[in-house]
Amino acid sequence: MARTLYDKLWDSHLVRTESDGTGLIYIDRHLVHEVTSPQAFEGLKLAGRKPWRVDSIVATADHNTPTTDWDKGIEDPISKLQVDTLDANIREHGAKAYFPFLDQRQGIVHVIGPEQGATLPGMTVVCGDSHTSTHGAFACLAHGIGTSEVEHVLATQCLVQKKMKNMLVRVSGTLAPWVSGKDIALALIGKIGTAGGTGYAIEFAGSAISQLSMEGRMTLCNMAIEAGARAGMIAVDDKTVDYLHGLNFSPKGELWSAAEKYWRTLRTDDGASFDLTIDLDADQLIPQVSWGTSPEMVVPVDGRVPDPEKEKDEVKREGIERSLVYMGLQPNTQIADIKIDKVFIGSCTNSRIEDLRIAAHVVRGKHVANNVKLAMVVPGSGLVKAQAEKEGLDKIFVESGFEWRQPGCSMCLAMNNDRLEPGERCASTSNRNFEGRQGAGGRTHLVSPAMAAAAAIEGHFVDVRRLATN
Amino acid sequence: MEKFLKLEGLVAPLDRANVDTDAIIPKQFLKSIKRSGFGVNLFDAWRFKDVGEPGVDVSKRTVNPDFVLNQSRYQGAQILLARKNFGCGSSREHAPWALSDFGFKAVIAPSFGEIFFNNSLKNGLLPIVLRESEVEQLFSDVNAFDGFKLIVNLEEQVVSTVDLAKAFAFDIDPFRKHCLLNGLDDIGLTLQHVDQIKQFEERHRASQPWLFS
Ligand code: SF4
Repeated sequence: MARTLYDKLWDSHLVRTESDGTGLIYIDRHLVHEVTSPQAFEGLKLAGRKPWRVDSIVATADHNTPTTDWDKGIEDPISKLQVDTLDANIREHGAKAYFPFLDQRQGIVHVIGPEQGATLPGMTVVCGDSHTSTHGAFACLAHGIGTSEVEHVLATQCLVQKKMKNMLVRVSGTLAPWVSGKDIALALIGKIGTAGGTGYAIEFAGSAISQLSMEGRMTLCNMAIEAGARAGMIAVDDKTVDYLHGLNFSPKGELWSAAEKYWRTLRTDDGASFDLTIDLDADQLIPQVSWGTSPEMVVPVDGRVPDPEKEKDEVKREGIERSLVYMGLQPNTQIADIKIDKVFIGSCTNSRIEDLRIAAHVVRGKHVANNVKLAMVVPGSGLVKAQAEKEGLDKIFVESGFEWRQPGCSMCLAMNNDRLEPGERCASTSNRNFEGRQGAGGRTHLVSPAMAAAAAIEGHFVDVRRLATN
Repeated sequence: MEKFLKLEGLVAPLDRANVDTDAIIPKQFLKSIKRSGFGVNLFDAWRFKDVGEPGVDVSKRTVNPDFVLNQSRYQGAQILLARKNFGCGSSREHAPWALSDFGFKAVIAPSFGEIFFNNSLKNGLLPIVLRESEVEQLFSDVNAFDGFKLIVNLEEQVVSTVDLAKAFAFDIDPFRKHCLLNGLDDIGLTLQHVDQIKQFEERHRASQPWLFS
């Protein structure tokens, strides 16, 4: 029978099925970071258990680590304890690879997996972090898990799962210059809502998806979770294979040939059926900006903040009203009239080399606007940072008035010192605009790196296509 | 895990959609390396007017009297009534830990964020999906009657009013139900299949050796 990519990944990892259809699936790659693992290691120890296969583990410290003054270490004692706990746990049990704080290759867990070749097509990838969906860009079945599940995977190398339904998001047409994977993600969530993908594994396909680079595909799969889907994925093509060639943990020699042959089968068969298909037209897509406190509250840059009066559904209307108050916005305001205080280019959504190249291209020879108090670039990993410096991107940013920081999650969730103050408004390339996400009382607008860079220069949102062609 | 027995509890309404896990337990509290103690900071940004930091004595903080869980009529509530997509966002298990620690044993909503839903089940916090119209009725009941309680009967898969005048059936995965009713730990159950996992692993290694190199 014709199968979808998700069906194939599921079938190839199914250890057993219970009578009620629940599956036990085998996990190939377990990514571990400091925030969601301490309680899992502790639980393991209390039960007198050992990790099943430590060479499935790739670990790093990213959520709590500072992005400045690395020579001072981690000043916050509570954050430090968490990072030290991860160090101790990995020291005790071992791992395939560990990139601790201060390591050259440390970085955001979803950036380092792919760049090390620790994420390979056909794998099941889990991590105690919802944005694990990122790795689906490599035709993996990748999803976030909770701490109990982290412990379960440590102890058994398996996960108890119900099979999800299949959703196809077909993006036809061609993306215009300066329109990116981020804009596809935001437009999709605007269309289907943050619960639109609940219960589904999403496969992204179509001409505009083939057009995307691996970085763009990771951005898109990263945000599948914001559409409610635990997993997003994209079939293997030449770009996937080329990206992986020669990476640290990619197979070599004969193994590479065998692997490549298998990877090329990782696509949906002709005639396979999906439970739901959503169509998007890339030709119509323009840069997107979120205005509210949920990623579904998004409009094109030429649009306006909505008017709650026009919303008939009462729960939705109240949601819009509450968001407008929190965001300090008036109904019907032009998006281009919204002034910003801070700019954050970073996070597992948009901190890879391509993201930084695009942002640097936009700001080159220009300067951050006077009303912008802080514009910062936080590379996704030490390797991204080194590559950017090799290309001179750091200088472009610094000359334009940006701060160039050390890698980590940083102001995506503001667990370290990088945060918004109450009332501050930020153009951010991260993935969540929830209340308080970037700091208590902070106001987040989600955009692509090109759009964040353009907003930094103008001091308010602007269609990057206009700025970039000037 | 504690067994989930029949529950009769006071209901507290949280009338907003898309309540995310950042709202349930803000990130500054995720720095803990423990599983307990998160209840005092549940919905921290909504319950308090000042910004909370870990380790700060909550009795000295400024309470937001308007937030529903601070109203005297809802003190001691064990059932949270919520709107669609409750628990969306991050995978932090701290969210169900905080709800349980605060005293909640069940959350009723028309839909849930999936990872939150799973995490809750693994911590003996029962997420119950009812239809939108049923949730709507419960919202009007809880607003209308002081001390409004519900009975959750997991065995029968029914939520009912105390006078049994209204009863709504709900679905639950049989395996999850079994685990909750008996307080079973997932890991122990999976480890009953060690041989099967090992056999699978050998086959997998033979067909995709690069995954093990
Ligand atoms: S960058 Fe943000 S979304 Fe990504 S892993 Fe870090 S905190 Fe999570």
